[in-house]
Amino acid sequence: MRTFYHIGRYSIFIKKVFGRPEKHGVFFKQVVKEIDNLGIDSLGIVAIISVFMGAVITLQTAYNIEMPLIPKYTVGVAARDSILLEFSSTIVSLILAGKVGSNIASEIGTMRVTEQIDALEIMGINPAGYLVLPKVVASVFINPFLVLISMGIGITGGWLAGSVTGEVPSSEFIYGIQYAFTPFYIAYSIIKVIVFAFIISSVSAYWGYYTSGGALEVGKASTKAVVSSSIQILLFNLLLTQLLLA
Amino acid sequence: MIEVKNIYKSFDEKEVLTDVSALFEKGQTNLIIGQSGSGKTVLLKSIVGLHEIDQGDILYDNKSFPNMNQKQRKALRKEIGMLFQGSALFDSASVEENVRFPLDMFTDMSLSERRDRANFCLKRVNLENVNNLYPSEISGGMQKRVAIARAIALNPKYLFCDEPNSGLDPKTAIVIDELIFEITKEYDMTTIINTHDMNSVMGIGEKIIFIYQGKKFWEGTKDEIFHAQNETLENFIFASKLFKQIRQSNK
Repeated sequence: MRTFYHIGRYSIFIKKVFGRPEKHGVFFKQVVKEIDNLGIDSLGIVAIISVFMGAVITLQTAYNIEMPLIPKYTVGVAARDSILLEFSSTIVSLILAGKVGSNIASEIGTMRVTEQIDALEIMGINPAGYLVLPKVVASVFINPFLVLISMGIGITGGWLAGSVTGEVPSSEFIYGIQYAFTPFYIAYSIIKVIVFAFIISSVSAYWGYYTSGGALEVGKASTKAVVSSSIQILLFNLLLTQLLLA
Repeated sequence: MIEVKNIYKSFDEKEVLTDVSALFEKGQTNLIIGQSGSGKTVLLKSIVGLHEIDQGDILYDNKSFPNMNQKQRKALRKEIGMLFQGSALFDSASVEENVRFPLDMFTDMSLSERRDRANFCLKRVNLENVNNLYPSEISGGMQKRVAIARAIALNPKYLFCDEPNSGLDPKTAIVIDELIFEITKEYDMTTIINTHDMNSVMGIGEKIIFIYQGKKFWEGTKDEIFHAQNETLENFIFASKLFKQIRQSNK
């Protein structure tokens, strides 16, 4: 029953979020600020995770297919497909659910418990629209770029690991990442990321927006935001994979 | 003028306000007093529409607030200023940006005009050279004054103050009280103040409403409150030794 209650309240919340902005100039400034806050600030963590994950995927694949019949370039193919199909979109989104999701929930939750949201409402401003819509728009816009960057860095990490350890020669790896390339995999990843970005920003904002109490509740809202957006990312990952790749 | 008529409000079947009626006059400081948990904050938040009432009516200059549509409510809210217990300033914005916020959102003034108006409001609350500081960098008393400056930025007709003196030392509390009183007279606003501070009652209480267990128990002026023949009210007012001594000396 509690799940249905949250689904209903989340739907009402989303309707409020997509209300018409008070002033388009102010809205645009907010979006730019959020792109910097939620997207550009996440670039470092995305890069670090991508390079190491790309390296590990390459090495694990190489160690597991050490057979003379299987050519070395298949390591490049496997690493590329793993990164493009799953790692850069899903794993990076899960990382962002932790970083960005907790940031959004705690920011909005603190505003709620310190009556800043009430202050907006008293002024005649739609607080959900003013605070959340720029975050949703910014995330949906910037996260695909983060994932494209992650793909590039991940593959570079794999190439570096393969070359430095000598497990996969550079030329074999480069041949592998070009072999039987399917451009749709990138489109598939971008579609997933757009959906995940919407989930991360809106679900986290929902938990923050309905916080009541004090600092302890803000912390709990932050945890709930990360957990529920991560679960939804996994659910939608399954659903979208079935829809787009089946 | 604001009138509340027979309002009821419950949370999870617990009745917090029961049949409360009151008239808040224009150009006066109207005080709602009562113990913590008596329902005065719920009453104030119901009047401004942060809580929807279960029954009754709230009239802003004879216009029913519960019956207004979203557009009408939005228009009315531009005429409302509110000072929250914890100031409710936006942490990520500077003092000037906080005061300018309602002007940025609702006026077509140029940036220099908005800045001038924000500076005028800050000067009116005796704050200067703090424009670029953030709320966390100024004292609690200064935060309250910034919140008052923000509340009056759009020349509101109605001013609501929820525990304006909470967390302030007695001297700063008097400064805030006097500021609210002066602004009420200057802008001819309908001001409603929630408080349990008896110094405020004695200082600026032109009309006082005493709420007890969600019901209106008494109403009158600050001169009448000392002579009220109501045991519950007496227990509240003369809870401190100081006020007991004042009563003794008056007798």
